Amino acid sequence: MAALRVGQSLAPRTARRLALLSFVLPLLLWSAVSYIPFVWHPLILITDPGDVDYFQPGMRMDRADFRTEVAHAVAAHKPVPQGVPANPIYLPPPHAVFLALFTAFATPPATQDGNWLHESLWHSIQVIFWGFVISSILGVPLGILCGAYAPISKLSEPFVEFFRYLPAPAFGALAVSILGIYDGPKIAIIVIGTFFQQVLIIANTTRKLDFSLVEAALTLGTDQRRMLTRVVIPAILPDLYRDQRILLGWAWTYLIVAELIGTTSGITWFITQQARYQHFPNVYAGIAMIGIIGFGTDALLGLLARRLFPWERSIAAQFGASTA
Amino acid sequence: MTLPGYLDLAPDVRARFERLKARDVILQVEHLTKQFETRAGRTLALNDISFTTHRREFLCIVGPSGCGKSTLVRILAGLDRQSAGAVLLAGKPVTGPGADRGMVFQGYTLFPWLTVKRNVMFGLEMNNHGRAEAEREALQWLDLIGLGRYAEAYPHQLSGGMKQRVAIARALANQPRILLMDEPFSALDAQTRARMQSYLLEIWRKIDITIVFITHDLDEAIFLADRILVLKANPGEVAELIEVPVPRPRHPRQFAGPEFRATKDRLEALIHPPALGDDADAYPEMPRLTNVADEVE
Ligand SMILES: Nc1ncnc2c1ncn2[C@@H]1O[C@H](COP(=O)(O)OP(=O)(O)OP(=O)(O)O)[C@@H](O)[C@H]1O
Ligand SMILES: [Mg+2]
Repeated sequence: MAALRVGQSLAPRTARRLALLSFVLPLLLWSAVSYIPFVWHPLILITDPGDVDYFQPGMRMDRADFRTEVAHAVAAHKPVPQGVPANPIYLPPPHAVFLALFTAFATPPATQDGNWLHESLWHSIQVIFWGFVISSILGVPLGILCGAYAPISKLSEPFVEFFRYLPAPAFGALAVSILGIYDGPKIAIIVIGTFFQQVLIIANTTRKLDFSLVEAALTLGTDQRRMLTRVVIPAILPDLYRDQRILLGWAWTYLIVAELIGTTSGITWFITQQARYQHFPNVYAGIAMIGIIGFGTDALLGLLARRLFPWERSIAAQFGASTA
Repeated sequence: MTLPGYLDLAPDVRARFERLKARDVILQVEHLTKQFETRAGRTLALNDISFTTHRREFLCIVGPSGCGKSTLVRILAGLDRQSAGAVLLAGKPVTGPGADRGMVFQGYTLFPWLTVKRNVMFGLEMNNHGRAEAEREALQWLDLIGLGRYAEAYPHQLSGGMKQRVAIARALANQPRILLMDEPFSALDAQTRARMQSYLLEIWRKIDITIVFITHDLDEAIFLADRILVLKANPGEVAELIEVPVPRPRHPRQFAGPEFRATKDRLEALIHPPALGDDADAYPEMPRLTNVADEVE
């Protein structure tokens, strides 16, 4: 492999291959641990209990304990228990998880008042959506105003800066007592987790605006009101959009904590239920689902950016492979 | 051969200056002073600058780096406030930026999110012209600068020279009284710059505009200007106001002409005064840093 060089740019094909590899490598590692018997496999999965009374088929035993029991059986000339090396139940092999990604949707809810997986997911998406929208309705304008006007910045940013160190989950109990046990407090946690970062990030983005554009607009007779709507906002829009994508990712990271507050709901409910019954492939499938939705949304938003901001070269470069 | 004095004007040039001075005064700068207060202390950037510019005059401002050229033009544009003195535009004091003074900057300041056409329309829309009218005028301007084909292109698709042409059109579309230009061509390569200079003179001839043009390129100043305001540094003061004796219409051929060379010599003398004392000051003794015995000269 060629030596790494700072600022080196890659051929589109190499870039695509490396991107694919970034998924394939962890998958290979997981497969190796799962399928190659002598890699890890600290337990024995019992296939035939032999004469050991507490053994049962499908049971997972510590290797050492299993060996002791085998030795006893051999010494006593009794039927010897049989088993194969196995990983702990919390590490299912890839194929089980991939299978679970499909079967989980087809499995009816365990209880009468339970939800299908797609219902749980849809519920989570709604919580995220409303949390992010409410945060953005407040945070984006405030961030832009802070970035554009020094007095507004000085008046609000120090407090926002302080507040962002308060962990959003800390407000869980408070949110429940004010907003009840259903979606209210969950959305509130996501708003609290997103809003304060949002104000600061967008204020900074606004401050990075190329001031010579403002001066050029001034010499063209732009008044203060239209300076904001016709120059500042359009100028920062591509960066603002990028910020929003990053912030949406952060909102997802608050989802699980938010859904545990009050009555557990959404994908979190699914995951905790499945973990309780030790359906670990389903647990991983549920977690992976969050990743797939989050990652997929971001990729879609990235593609959309190309349409929205045809003048942005950095966005074009990001997806340069297909435009070139 | 002895050069003619830079003050000796040929009869037709003299007549042109008489006509120029008979026109109204558009810009009047009176005892302009600008002091910057910084943590390090005060800098007197401009000290008691006075001059006047007549309608349709082409005034160039030259001077050593740091003499306050940019500061001066920013005050004229209303982007900075003077510490003392006054700027009068057609008799009225300048108090802030306005559409009556267009400006072209050294850096590229086209709005990247607008097409070329929308960039040129921008000022017209800001000054409450209708959208349709703005569009019609913008297209006329684009034709005038020869970029009609690029109306729907975005600025990042243009070369540097094309960007500056659009920037000129954008400033002129507002029909300002005066066009301020701060080293607008200094980022361009030599050929493009020469072409832009000819373009600018062509535009200037066709429309009723007074141009104040800052440059550090003396050839450029002589080629473009009716008069050249020479500033000196520390503090920025007027060194001299030169009436350029080179006849119009200007042509690059004139660079070798006697009037041109006389003017340039005078500018050189003003801007790079001969070093005081002997040359030792200018070229301090330098240690030899090579081991190769071979002499290059
Ligand atoms: N915003 C500012 N704050 C403090 N000092 C400044 C500021 N702007 C300019 N100056 C000082 O004023 C003086 C004139 O600067 P100016 O940029 O006007 O020079 P200039 O003639 O345009 O130089 P150049 O040819 O390099 O562009 C310099 O000494 C500079 O340090
Ligand atoms: Mg300057």
